[in-house]
Amino acid sequence: MLLFLARRLIQGLLVMLVISFISFAIQDNLGDPLREMVGQSVSEAERQQLRDELGLNDPFLVQYGRFMAKAVQGDLGTSYFFKEPALDVILGKLPATLELVFGATLLIIVLSIPAGVYCAIHPQSWFSKAILGWSILGISIPVFLTAILLIYVFSIELGWLPSYGRGEVDLIFGSWESGFFNKDGLLHLVLPCISLASIMLPLFIRLIRSEMVEALHTEYVKFAKAKGLKLTRIYYLHALKNTMLPVITVGGVQIGTMVAYTILTESVFQWPGMGFMFLEAVNRVDAPLIVAYLIVVGAIFVIVNTLVDLIYGLINPTVRLAGKSA
Amino acid sequence: MRSLIKKGIATAVMTTSLAFGAQAASLKVAYDADPVSLDPHEQLSGATLQMSHLVFDPLIRWNKDHSFEPRLAEKWQRVDDRKVRFHLRKGIKFHSGNPLTAKDVKWTFERLKSSPDFKAVFEPFTYIEVLDDHTFLLVTKEAYPLTLNAATYLFPMDSVYYSGKDEKGQPKDQLKKHGNTFASRNPSGTGPYTVSYRQQGVKVEFRRNENYWDKESKGNVDMITLTPIKENPTRVAALLSGDVDFIFPVPPTDHSRIERNTATDLVTLPGTRIIQLQLNQNRVEAFKDKRVRQAVAYAINNEAIVKRIMRGFATAAGQQGPEGYDGYVEDLAPRYDLKKARQLMKEAGYEKGFRISMIAPNNRYINDEKIAQAVAGMLAKINIKVDLKTMPKAQYWPEFDKRVADIQMIGWHSDTEDSANFTEYLAACPDEETGRGQYNSGGYCNPKVDKLLADANKETNLLLRTKLLQEVEEILYEDAAFIPLHWQNLAWGAKKEVNIADVVNVMNFPYLGDLVIEE
Repeated sequence: MLLFLARRLIQGLLVMLVISFISFAIQDNLGDPLREMVGQSVSEAERQQLRDELGLNDPFLVQYGRFMAKAVQGDLGTSYFFKEPALDVILGKLPATLELVFGATLLIIVLSIPAGVYCAIHPQSWFSKAILGWSILGISIPVFLTAILLIYVFSIELGWLPSYGRGEVDLIFGSWESGFFNKDGLLHLVLPCISLASIMLPLFIRLIRSEMVEALHTEYVKFAKAKGLKLTRIYYLHALKNTMLPVITVGGVQIGTMVAYTILTESVFQWPGMGFMFLEAVNRVDAPLIVAYLIVVGAIFVIVNTLVDLIYGLINPTVRLAGKSA
Repeated sequence: MRSLIKKGIATAVMTTSLAFGAQAASLKVAYDADPVSLDPHEQLSGATLQMSHLVFDPLIRWNKDHSFEPRLAEKWQRVDDRKVRFHLRKGIKFHSGNPLTAKDVKWTFERLKSSPDFKAVFEPFTYIEVLDDHTFLLVTKEAYPLTLNAATYLFPMDSVYYSGKDEKGQPKDQLKKHGNTFASRNPSGTGPYTVSYRQQGVKVEFRRNENYWDKESKGNVDMITLTPIKENPTRVAALLSGDVDFIFPVPPTDHSRIERNTATDLVTLPGTRIIQLQLNQNRVEAFKDKRVRQAVAYAINNEAIVKRIMRGFATAAGQQGPEGYDGYVEDLAPRYDLKKARQLMKEAGYEKGFRISMIAPNNRYINDEKIAQAVAGMLAKINIKVDLKTMPKAQYWPEFDKRVADIQMIGWHSDTEDSANFTEYLAACPDEETGRGQYNSGGYCNPKVDKLLADANKETNLLLRTKLLQEVEEILYEDAAFIPLHWQNLAWGAKKEVNIADVVNVMNFPYLGDLVIEE
């Protein structure tokens, strides 16, 4: 177990090193950060001088070396736009993104399990067909469109829900501001969470359905039926339990991916999270922030994958973690 | 902390609304950007100047009819060709409580001269001579006609407040880009609002300055919340759903929706930003021939671009400066005549045409990419085949500077609100030393234009100056030095009870201090 974690840690560091190198290498192609910092009539000589001050005229390896020297001490550079350490900016935006992902995950769990199970148990019912038909539609509509549609219906036409932003937030601990503890914050969460969930929901419904269908054909379910157990007990206790195993692995990784999907949802809803921040950073050529974001997201992926592997090992003892000795 | 601030504001708002009676109102604004800094000298951008007009006051400001309105300077006289004497209003206090004097103006002027962004505007000026606490002379190197135009950029800062060192040991008046300086976080001006809360990129809250000097202002907004909303559809939705009261910009596709809505108003103004194409004579031999350049001008249907692509939300242009500017000549209308274009190509010996490259941004100007595509289609009709490449603005400008393509698109707004500025940057002979023609990627160079421009910049008799500038426009038109397309219009959307039409202007610095919201 420890060896597994140690190996993962080394792999993770390597991944992040590669990410940092690649993102650092492409930053020259993102555009000229000076253009976003100065007015249009600033002379070329002035701009060169500012570039010198920022160290942008140094050779690539010198810049990368300087970056790495600071990075190992936890300093990923200073954002041009926010004027604060890039890591602080990202960590400041992280709660908003995590809450969005958390809300969407809740929605997915609450909706996909009953829907998936229902479709598996009643394959011929019109309701199942409706769910599956809708899920095809859902998976093919881009999240941008879903979001605009939701805003149009629920904010403009009906006027039930706010159209943008996080609304009221409360400070819960440290610097974590949460929208989950007051009505205004919760109302602001509804549309973005639905939009974000809409990408993954169809996938989960189909996954749960197909796993469940498979479980229903297994010997132990047939045996339980023959034995005369109550059908609800068979479905929701025995069959569902075995259905959830693959769902957790796939699901865990997908939820990690969702952090990346937030870029679109956040920019439509002007959600002050790190996905929107990243898109803005690209537009502004805020290179230090872009590099730091890629590294942080890389780290999140590595952590989520490791956690999923660990959980899977716990709930399914037949899977052995690499080098597992304990 | 956050909720504490909020409570503080809530109490403050309650007390002010008691003081103001039932009049006081609050305003939620959504722009596409928020100010980069609270230091008015850090970046010359629309968002910074919008902030400056809320937290600071200029010496004088533009009126709707393109004249000047006294603000902190209550009157002024030209002493001679080089000097203008300004008289400051008396009894004005900064937010910190310090009184405004001519020393603050001098201090601010000197800081502007050191700002990379603003020094170009103040380049013609040498010094400010303080005569007494409320009188000073603004002095230029040579005779200069645009002293007042520059004075609209002079927002006096509180020199006492910005003196000394901050907690990090840095001077409080330090002017540094992305430096997280004291001045970028802590403003003290004389303006109608103070900043009560700010989270970069998320929200800025402004509170009415109760000691504001302008008692005649009818403005009744005591609280402004500015939220940047980047996505056009989201910004429009926020207005239509009532989440915000006032938005800018409104994309052309949504104009009719906002107009049709019974709760909202659309306010548009003809803009001053010219969109033009530059034909690179150093890269393409044919563009050295005036007839070929004219043929391009004749082949492009400006009116059709305005009508179809801009949906009427622009003014087709035949010259660089818009109507109302000194150099504007009414006769220089957009030309479109395909027959004439083909004939000119034939005369120049290019009947069979040629192939060229063109670049344009795709997220800088309204519909920039579509305009470029339309132009490529129009040029095909005179056998000029265009390889068009469009890219995001962040990548576009470095390419533009390298002059990588034969035709390049650029939009330009004159910082001085004056015709000469267009020529200086876009059509004067490129000269690295003086910075003239910095954005003249076509390489057009006509010594006569440069001479007229130099004369105009020294001519303080405005009637004579107008003549010189008009002559420049006529020569540029005849030479087809570049291809003007149109001036982009401006559009704001607001709830009906918010009287924005009275406070918006073509520079897009809404004077929100004077905004009236009806009950």
